[in-house]
Formats: sequence, structure tokens, C-alpha cells
Amino acid sequence: MTVSSTVLTTAGPAGEGLRRGALLGLAAAGAWAAVAATAGLLPDVGDWPETTNFAVGAAVIAAAIALATLAQGLAPELARWLVRKSPWLIVIGLFLALWQLASAKLGWLPQPFFPPPQALVEVYAYDYADLGVNLLASFRLLAVGFVYGGIAGFLTGIALGWSSHAAYWIHPILRFVGPLPSTALLPIIFFAFPSSWSASIFMIALAVAFPMAVLTWSGVASVNTAYYDVARTLGVKPLALIIKVAIPAALPHVFVGLFMALGAAFSSVMVAELLGVKAGLGFYVQWSQGWGSYNNVYAAIIVLALLCSSSITVLFKIRGRMLSWQKGLVKW
Amino acid sequence: MVAASYKEDLAAEPASTAGAALDIEHVSHAFDLDGSVLSVLDQVSLNVKPGEFVALLGPSGCGKSTLLRLIAGLEPPSRGVLKEDGRAITGPHPSRVVVFQDPTLFPWRTVWNNVALGPEAQGNLKEQRSRVDDAINLVGLSQFAKAYPHQLSGGMAQRVALARALVNDPSILILDEPLGKLDSLTRLTMQSELVSLWRSKGFTAILVTHDVEEAVFLANRVVIFSDRPARIKADFQVDLPYPRHRGDPRLAELRRASLSHLGLDASW
Ligand SMILES: Nc1ncnc2c1ncn2[C@@H]1O[C@H](COP(=O)(O)OP(=O)(O)O)[C@@H](O)[C@H]1O
Ligand SMILES: [Mg+2]
Repeated sequence: MTVSSTVLTTAGPAGEGLRRGALLGLAAAGAWAAVAATAGLLPDVGDWPETTNFAVGAAVIAAAIALATLAQGLAPELARWLVRKSPWLIVIGLFLALWQLASAKLGWLPQPFFPPPQALVEVYAYDYADLGVNLLASFRLLAVGFVYGGIAGFLTGIALGWSSHAAYWIHPILRFVGPLPSTALLPIIFFAFPSSWSASIFMIALAVAFPMAVLTWSGVASVNTAYYDVARTLGVKPLALIIKVAIPAALPHVFVGLFMALGAAFSSVMVAELLGVKAGLGFYVQWSQGWGSYNNVYAAIIVLALLCSSSITVLFKIRGRMLSWQKGLVKW
Repeated sequence: MVAASYKEDLAAEPASTAGAALDIEHVSHAFDLDGSVLSVLDQVSLNVKPGEFVALLGPSGCGKSTLLRLIAGLEPPSRGVLKEDGRAITGPHPSRVVVFQDPTLFPWRTVWNNVALGPEAQGNLKEQRSRVDDAINLVGLSQFAKAYPHQLSGGMAQRVALARALVNDPSILILDEPLGKLDSLTRLTMQSELVSLWRSKGFTAILVTHDVEEAVFLANRVVIFSDRPARIKADFQVDLPYPRHRGDPRLAELRRASLSHLGLDASW
């Protein structure tokens, strides 16, 4: 980050910046050439059918980086992007080369627990359909549970913050049940619900609802009462006060609640998949492990990480849009 | 800068809204503080004529803001009645709008949407869009209609608060130290703007201020309260024609008289 930004900003005389950018780009190409060489030129200690394709792929990437670097006059946008990403490309290339050596070539890492990168490529090349189906299953579980739990928690939080009658009844229940991990209720939930799907959704929604309720509540409770005074003198009726004042004012807290709830949802989805619905990436991971096929385990974990990370990204995008009136928002 | 547009306004249209009469009859108010009773207003009676500009002065914490909250209908008085044009005040109504010391703009609404809240709450924003534009224009902020409150200076924010009140055509405008937090230059400008607005619109104005000079410069009647619980200690007219001049020796005299009622004449 710092390296590339200094490269960009200190490019006083344009020529010098370009030259340093070219050096970085070529270093990145070199790193990926090393990935190709380690994979393609040394013999494997085991049986990995995708080694050659992996080496060819790395070589293609190395060539592409080199080409883009040399042709920076033609595509300055691409060149700038490349300069910014070069440090990362170098580090990833070196990591892949080292991983290749330690696993497939020198056998330092015990097999099959630490397969080489081409073994993961193999999974993505041949098992993508199965991975896709399970990704979809995880996503459905996550989305449906999160939406139900989010709505329930949001409404509970508003009722708690707005009405002392509601708070009288809900608060003790929330204090008693809320902190309990929803997974602890699993045995009960599974025989109380008609299907493992509905039981899993309930469990995920429960895990989501608690942080949502608490943070929405604290958001509504911390609204500056002067806002209500102003709105009331302008003729805003009590029910509209909730929609026009309480909710927008509480929104920053609500998004903290959504963020925490999403974390809770991820772990509940995993538990639900392992114990209940027998589908999804968590289930795929466990099932693959049972067969000792660790390359599938890693491949699925990577997809899972992408799912979780993009969920958070989407949440932050929505937050950035809805809270654009706030100063100094944290970017994800 | 903005004052110019007010003057045009003044020439263009006569007082459009008539102010309302305000009658405060034997109003007492007390707060319950952890079981002990804090008496804040004691038998306050005050009759304000339609269109009058009344300034309320009094020691800090004596109950001025509390009285304004009662006038706005945000709270019912412990005892006594308040009447707008003879009808008892039972709750807030957009004919009595408050501008507080803090502009309290809704940070999630743009300037335009802040000003539009009143018409929006009445359900007639569609027909009144141009009124919202006019109100923003009137305070000289049409360029900032799309800005968010955090992008405004203190004086601009308070102007928006004023526009948000005026768009409702209040018959009583309640002002609780509206210029108290502004720097002195902005304050002087906005004092003149307030007078112009009041003269062109014709509403009844109730202004709480801690600035004696501001009180006698703006108002045609000054009411002075005692320490808590607030009682009316003095009530006098400022019959000087508008526009007034700050250097007027009669203003200096009234100011000295007010200070002496507040027990602050030692410094004079
Ligand atoms: N909601 C409240 N509950 C309890 N005490 C209050 C409340 N509002 C105001 N007070 C008290 O009433 C007194 C008068 O307050 P206020 O009307 O704000 O004075 P000021 O004349 O400075 O505007 C103060 O002592 C204040 O602490
Ligand atoms: Mg006050």
C-alpha cells in the first residue's frame, strides 16, 4: 500500500515514476514465472494430475503481467492498477512458489493434510457443480435466516426503545434468552420444528435477532429528545415520530447490530449445516474431511471465506449509501 | 447579504399571516426531581397581543425555556392555562413553532427535506413544494438546499431552522435563545433579519434571550423574570419605531433599566 502510493505520488518527473512502476511490474511477472517454474520443472512427490495445467496457468499470468507492464504507454489505466497491485502480486507469487515446493516437490508438508495449490485447482475444475450447489444452499440458509432474524430483532428493538409496556415484558425475556447461544437450543429446536430446514432457519434467526434487538434498542434509546420536540412542534404525529425520527436517528446503531448479527449468522449456518440440513459448504467441508480429501476441504473453505466477505461488503455498501449523511464513515 | 432580499419582500407583500394572541393565565409549573418537587414557574400571567414581539429576560435556570415548552404545548402546565387566540393549548401544533438554541436539524435530511418536514407531516407537501423553496430562499440558502446539516456553519444551520419554522406560517414563533451560540457578527446580522421577517410576516414572536441589548433592540415589549421559581418582575414597552438603530440613546437607557431589574446595574 505505502510502497505503491509513494511510487505514484513521488512520480514528479513522469519518467521516473514509470520506470519504478515498470520495475515493480517486472518483479511481479518474475514471481509468477517462479510459480510456473517450480510447478512445471520439478518432479512431483505424489500424484497430482493438474500440475502441468497449473504451471501453464501461472506462466500465462506471468506473461500477462509482463506484457501489461511493457505496454503501459498503450493502457495507462491498466498500468496504474498494476503498479498499485504489484506488491501483492509479488507476495502471492512467492507464497504459491513456496507452497508448491514445500508440498508437491520437497514433501516437507505431510500429505494429504496440506495439498499443493494444483490440488485445489483440480477441485474447482472438476467439482465446481457440487461446490456451486452447496454454495447456493449455504447462501439460502444465510439469507433467509438473516432476513427473518433481522426483521424480528429490529422490530423488537424498536418496541423496547419506544414503549415502556413492551419493554416491561420483552426486556426480562431478552436478558434471559438472548445471551444463550442459539445452538444450545438445537436439540429442542430440531424436534419442535417440522423440518430440519425450518429448524435451522429458526436457529439462525434467533442468533441474528439478539444483537439486532439490543443495538436497535440502544439506538432508539439514545436519540436526542430535542429531535422529538422539534418534530412534534412541526406537527409530526406519534406513530410518524418512529418512522421519521426514531428509526433514522437509530440507523447507525442498527448497522452495528447488522454487522454483529451477520457474524452470528455465519457460525449458526455452519452449525445448522453440520447437524441439521446436511447441505451447504459447511456440510461439504465435513463430508470431504470424512473422506480424507483435504483439497476439497481447503477449496470449500476458500469459497466460504468469499461468501462471508462479500456478505460483509454488501452490508457496508448499503450502510455507506444509507448513512451518507454521516461524517467519517469507516470503509470496508 | 440576505437582509436585502428581506427588504424587497417587505415591499412586495404586506403581512400575510396575522399573529395570534397568547394568554398565559396563572401558570405554575413544577418538576418532580427524585421525589422532591422543583418549583419552576410561579403564578405567571401574561397577555400578549397579536403580532407583538415579546422578549423574555431572566437569570439562567429560572424557567424561561420551561415556559416556552408550555407555550409550544410540549408539556402541560402543572397549574393554570395557556391560550392561543382564546383556545386552550393542549398539545403541539404547527401554528406555534419553536426555534431552539441548537438548530437541531435532522442530520439525515438535506436542508430541503429538513424545511419540508412540517408540510410533510401535514400531508400537503405536494402542493407546498414551492413554499419550501421560498422559505429556503428567504433565509438566503437556496444554494445549499441539497446540502446535509454537517456541511453547514452554525449560522447557516440556524437559518435553516428558522426556514423550517417559517414554512408553516406560524401565528406564534417561539424563539429560545436562537442566536445564543452564534459569533457576534452573525448574531448582529441575524437580529436584523429576524426583525425584517417578523415585520413582513406579522406573527407574534416570543423570544428568550440572555442578551439584554438584543431584547431591547428587537422587541416591542420586554418581560423580566425573577430567580427560580420564575415570577414576572418587570414588564415594559419599547416604543421605538422600526428599523431601529443600535446607537439610539433610548435603547441604552432601556438596557440600563433592564439590567437593574436583573440586579446587574452595579457594573454600570
Ligand atoms: N425535564 C426536567 N426535569 C427536571 N427538571 C427540569 C426539567 N427541565 C428543566 N428543569 C429544571 O427547571 C429549571 C428551569 O429550567 P429552564 O426552564 O431550562 O431554565 P432557563 O430559564 O435557563 O431556560 C432548571 O433548574 C432545570 O434544571
Ligand atoms: Mg433555557
